[in-house]
Amino acid sequence: MRPVNKLIAWTLGSAAVVAAVALLSARLSPALAAGSSRQLAGPFTLADGVFYFLAALAVGGAGGVAFSRNILYSALGLLASLLGVSGLYVFLSADFLAVAQVMIYIGGVLVLVLFAVMLTNRIGEVSISNASLGWASGAILSAVLLALLLLVAFEVPWVSRAVASGPTTAPLGHGLLQQWLLPFELASLILLATLIGAIVIARKEIRAE
Amino acid sequence: MVPTLSHFLAVAALLFAAGLFTVLTRRNAVAILMGVELMLNAANVNLVAFNRFVVGGLAGQTFALFVVVLAAAEAAVGLAIVLSIFHTFKTIDVRAADLMRE
Amino acid sequence: MEHAIQQLGPTVVHQAGYLWLIPFFPAIGALVNSLFGIRIQRTLGKRWNHGIAIGMMALSFLVALRAFGQLYALPGGERFLQNSLWNMLTAGQLTFDLAFALDPLSMMMVLIITFIGALIHVFSVGYMADEPSYWRFFAYMNLFIVAMLLLVMGDNFAVMFFGWEGVGLASYLLISFWYTDIEKAKAGMKAFVVNRFGDFGFILGLFLLFWSLGGIWEPRADARSVTYVPEIGYKADPAAQNPFESTGPRSAIVEGHTIKLGPTLNFRELRDQVVIEGTGVGEHLRHQKLWGIALMTLVGILMFVGAMGKSAQLPLYVWLPDAMAGPTPVSALIHAATMVTAGVYMVARLSYLYAMSPTAMGWVAIVGVLTAIFAATIGFFQYDIKKVLAYSTVSQLGFMFVGVGVGAYWAGSYHLLTHAFFKATLFLASGSVILGCHHEQDMRKMGGLKKLMPVTAWAYLVATWAIAGFPWASGFYSKDEILWKAFTQRSMEFFGTPAPWLGPAIFAVGLLTALGTSFYMFRSYYMTFTGTYQGGEGHAEEHDEDPHSAHAAPHHSAHAAPAAAHVAHGHDDHGAHGHAPHESPLSITAVLVTLATGAVLASLLGIPKLWTGHDPILEHWLAPALPAEVTFAHFGHATEWLFQGMGVAAAAIGWYLAMRLFKDGKSRVPHDLKHRFFGLWTVAYNKYYVDEAYHALVIRPALFLAAFLSWFDQHIIDWVVNFVGWLGRFIAAIDDAIDKYVVDGAVNGVGGLTREGGRLLRRIETGRIQTYLYGAALGSLLVVLLNFLFR
Repeated sequence: MRPVNKLIAWTLGSAAVVAAVALLSARLSPALAAGSSRQLAGPFTLADGVFYFLAALAVGGAGGVAFSRNILYSALGLLASLLGVSGLYVFLSADFLAVAQVMIYIGGVLVLVLFAVMLTNRIGEVSISNASLGWASGAILSAVLLALLLLVAFEVPWVSRAVASGPTTAPLGHGLLQQWLLPFELASLILLATLIGAIVIARKEIRAE
Repeated sequence: MVPTLSHFLAVAALLFAAGLFTVLTRRNAVAILMGVELMLNAANVNLVAFNRFVVGGLAGQTFALFVVVLAAAEAAVGLAIVLSIFHTFKTIDVRAADLMRE
Repeated sequence: MEHAIQQLGPTVVHQAGYLWLIPFFPAIGALVNSLFGIRIQRTLGKRWNHGIAIGMMALSFLVALRAFGQLYALPGGERFLQNSLWNMLTAGQLTFDLAFALDPLSMMMVLIITFIGALIHVFSVGYMADEPSYWRFFAYMNLFIVAMLLLVMGDNFAVMFFGWEGVGLASYLLISFWYTDIEKAKAGMKAFVVNRFGDFGFILGLFLLFWSLGGIWEPRADARSVTYVPEIGYKADPAAQNPFESTGPRSAIVEGHTIKLGPTLNFRELRDQVVIEGTGVGEHLRHQKLWGIALMTLVGILMFVGAMGKSAQLPLYVWLPDAMAGPTPVSALIHAATMVTAGVYMVARLSYLYAMSPTAMGWVAIVGVLTAIFAATIGFFQYDIKKVLAYSTVSQLGFMFVGVGVGAYWAGSYHLLTHAFFKATLFLASGSVILGCHHEQDMRKMGGLKKLMPVTAWAYLVATWAIAGFPWASGFYSKDEILWKAFTQRSMEFFGTPAPWLGPAIFAVGLLTALGTSFYMFRSYYMTFTGTYQGGEGHAEEHDEDPHSAHAAPHHSAHAAPAAAHVAHGHDDHGAHGHAPHESPLSITAVLVTLATGAVLASLLGIPKLWTGHDPILEHWLAPALPAEVTFAHFGHATEWLFQGMGVAAAAIGWYLAMRLFKDGKSRVPHDLKHRFFGLWTVAYNKYYVDEAYHALVIRPALFLAAFLSWFDQHIIDWVVNFVGWLGRFIAAIDDAIDKYVVDGAVNGVGGLTREGGRLLRRIETGRIQTYLYGAALGSLLVVLLNFLFR
C-alpha cells in the first residue's frame, strides 16, 4: 500500500475509533456518573490472591503467545495460559474440566503444537511482498474489542446467584450419556473424521512429494 | 476483592483479545493456531463462569468440555494442514499462502 | 385615299378546316429532311432532298391558292377564314388556341411566302449543288417557311410570336449554315442576339396592351409609381367581391352583336373590341396614361422596338449586313422577302392601335425615314454586291415603315410585296453572278457580265428599274404612294406636340433617299454588268465571301497554292474550269425570269387612283384588314401629278449620276471624288463605325460584366461555398473531438472507473486468511458497535 493511502487509512481509522470511543463514553457517562458502585475496598483473602495469580498467569501467557518473537516462547506462553485457565476452572468449581483441560490441551494440543513447531522451524525471515495490514491495525481492532468486552463485563449488571458446587465428574458423565447423548456421539464422529482427515492430509502431502 | 463474574469475564476478554491479536498479526501459522486456542479458551472461561455464577447446572461445563474436544480435533487437523502448507510452500509464513490473491 | 369613317361591325368568321395544312406541309418537309435527310442524300441522292422540300412548298402553295380562292369568293367585308386546332393555354384571363386565321393581309403574305419561297427553293437546287450538307439546308429552309407561315397566319399574338421567334431561329441556323467559319457563326449569333433585344421590347408592349384591356394604371401618391387596378372604367361587375377575380368572360352587346371584352391575345377579338365604338374599349385605351405618357404611344413604340430588331431599323439593323455571310438564297428569302418584313406586317396588323397614337405613328415614320437615308448613304460606297443589296434592304424597309407610320398601311404592305419581288430578283441575280464569277463578290472584280450572263443581267436590270422607282415597274407605284401619303399626313405628333411639318419633312428625306437608292442600285448594275471583266482567279478578298463550305480553308491559303485551290473547286453545273464567267443553269435563270416578271406584274396591283379613277386593287383587297381611321390632308390632282413627277425625277437624277460615273468603268470621277473626300468616304465606307460603337458600348461592358461575374462567382460565391464546406468540416472536427474526448471519454471513463474500482477492490483479495479474518472481525465489531450506539 502506498504511504499516502496508508496515511489516509490510518487517519480515517483513528478518527473512527476516537469517534466510537467518544460516543460510547458519552453514552456511558450517565451510567458512570450515576455511579455503579464498585467495591474498591474489601478484604483481600488468599483466595483472591490465588485468583489474581492464576489470572495473571493466564493473561501473561496469552501475552507471551501474542507478543513473543520466538515461536517456542509463544508455545511456552500458551502452556502457561492453559495452566492458568485450568486453575481458573478450579476456581469456578469445574474440577473435571480443569483436569480435562490439562490432559487434553496441555498434554495433547500443546504437544502437538510443539511437534509442529519443531518440524517447521525453518520459518525463515523471507520477505513476502504481500504486505498485510500490519500489527497496528490488528492491535487497534483487538483493543477496541477488548474495550467493548470489558465494558460488557463490568458495566452490565450481571445478576449472579449463589450456585451449589460439588464434584462434577459424575454429573457430567451422567449428563453426557443422558441429556447430551447426541452431541456426545457427534463429537465422537467428529473425532473420527478428524483422525482420518489429519492422516489423509498429512499423508497426501508426503506422498505427493 | 472477591472475584465476581465480571472478573472472570474480564480475564476471558483479555484472553480473547490476545488470541485475536495473535491471529491477526503473527506470520507463523502455528502461532495463529495458538491464538485460536487462546480464543477458544477464552470462550470456555466465559462459559464456565456464566455457568457458575448465573445459570447453574452443568450445561456450561458440558459445553466447555465439548469445546475442548473440538479444539483438540481442530488443532490436529490444523496442524496437519500446516504441515501440508509447509510442504507446499517450504515455509509456514502465512503471507506466502496467497494463491487466491487477485 | 382617305378612309370613310365607317361603322364597323364585328369580324365575320368563316371556318376553313384545311388552313393548318399550309404550314403543315413544309413542317413535314423539315422533319423528314432533318431526321432522315442525311440518309436520303446518301442512298437516294440529293434530288430527293430538294424534291421533298420543293414538293412540300408546292403543296403548301396550292393549299394557299385554294384558300385565296375561297377568300376571294367571299363578299368584301366578310373575308376572314379561321381554323382553330386546339386550346394551347388557359391561365386565368390569358387564353389562346393553336389557330390560324386568314384575312386579306395575311393572305397576301402567305402567297408571297409560299410562291417566292418555292421559287427560291428551286434556285437553291442549282446554287447549293455542291454542298455536302444539302439536306440540312433544305431542312432549315422548310423550317423557316413553317415559322414564317405561323407568324403571318397566327390567329393570336402567341402563335405569331412563336413564328416570330421561329424565324429568328431559322435565320440564325441559316446565316451560320457554314458554321465551321467562325465569322459566319458570329454573324448568326449577332443576328439572333440583336433580334432578342427587339423581342424584349415587343413583349413589353404586348404585356402592356394585354393588361390595359382589363384595367387602368392609376398613379400613386408619389406620382412616380403606378398601381394596376383591374377592370375599372368600363362595364365591370360591381357586385363582384374581389375586383381581381374576373367574373367570367365579359361582353358588350353592340347592335345585336355580342363582343367579348377584356384582355385577349386574339387578333380578331382585339380588333373587335378596339375598333367598334360601342364597346368603349377604344375610348378607354385612348385616354389612358402611364407615367404621363399616353398608353397607346408606349404600346406602339415598344412593339415597334420588336419591329426594329426583326426588320433591321435604326439602331438594331447591324445584324442584316453581317447576315450576308449566309448563302445567297437565304439572303434572298429571309433577309429580303419575308422575315425582315415581319415587322411591317405586325404594324399593319395593329394598324388600328397605331392610329390611336399620333406620337407612335410619328416615331415609326421618323425611324423609318432615318434608317432609309442612313442605310442608303452606306450603300453608296460598298464594293461587295451583297452588302449593297443588304443596305438597300434596310433602306427599303425604312420606306415600308414610313408607309405604315404615316398611316398608309396598304401602301406599306404594297411596298412589302413589290420589294419581295424585286429584292428577291436582285439577290438571286447577284447569286447567279457570284456563282458565275467563281464566288467573287467584289464588284471591282466584275464587269462586262452583260454579254457573258445576259439573262441574269436582264433580270437584274428589270429589278433595278423597279427599285429605283421608274414607272411600269412596281417599285414606282408603291414608293410613290408612300411618299405622297407621307406628304399629306399632317396629324402626326412629335412626342406629344402636334407636328404638321413632320409629314412633308419625311417626304423630303424620302425623296432624297429615293435618289440615293436609284444611284447606288444603278452603280451596282453598271459596275457589275458593264465594262470589261476584271475578274482573275476568282478568290474573294473580303471576309464575308460565299464559298462552298468544303473550301473555306483553302481560300485563305489560296495565295500560296492557287493551283491546288482551283483543283479543289468543283462546279458540276459549270462545265469547264474556265476563268470567264458564263450563264447559270436553267434552274437559276428560270427563277430569275419568273421573279423579274413578277416584279413588273406586281405593278398592276397598285395602279394609283390618279391614273384609273378606281382604288388600286390591292388597297381594295386589304381594306377590310386595315380598319384604322387615318385622315390625310386633301390636295388637288395637279399636286399629286407633280409629286409623282418629282419621284421619277429623283430616280432619273440618280440613274444619270450612276451612269456617268460608273458605266463601263471608264470614268475617273469616282476615284477622284473618293480621294478628295477620303475622310467622309472612309466614314461612310466603314458604316459610320456603328458596329465599333456597339462593340465599345454594349459588347465590351457585357463581356466585362461576364468577366466580373465570373470572378465574383469564383472568388466570392465559391469562397462562400467553400467556407460553408469548411464550416461543415470544422463542425465535424469539433464533433469528432467531442466524440473522441467527451463521449468516448465518458464511456472509457466509466470503463476506467470500473476497472480502477475493480483494481482497488481486488486488493481485498489478498489471498490471506488473516486479512479475511480481520475483515470479519472488524465487520462484526462494527455491527455490534453500531447496534450499541444507535439502539
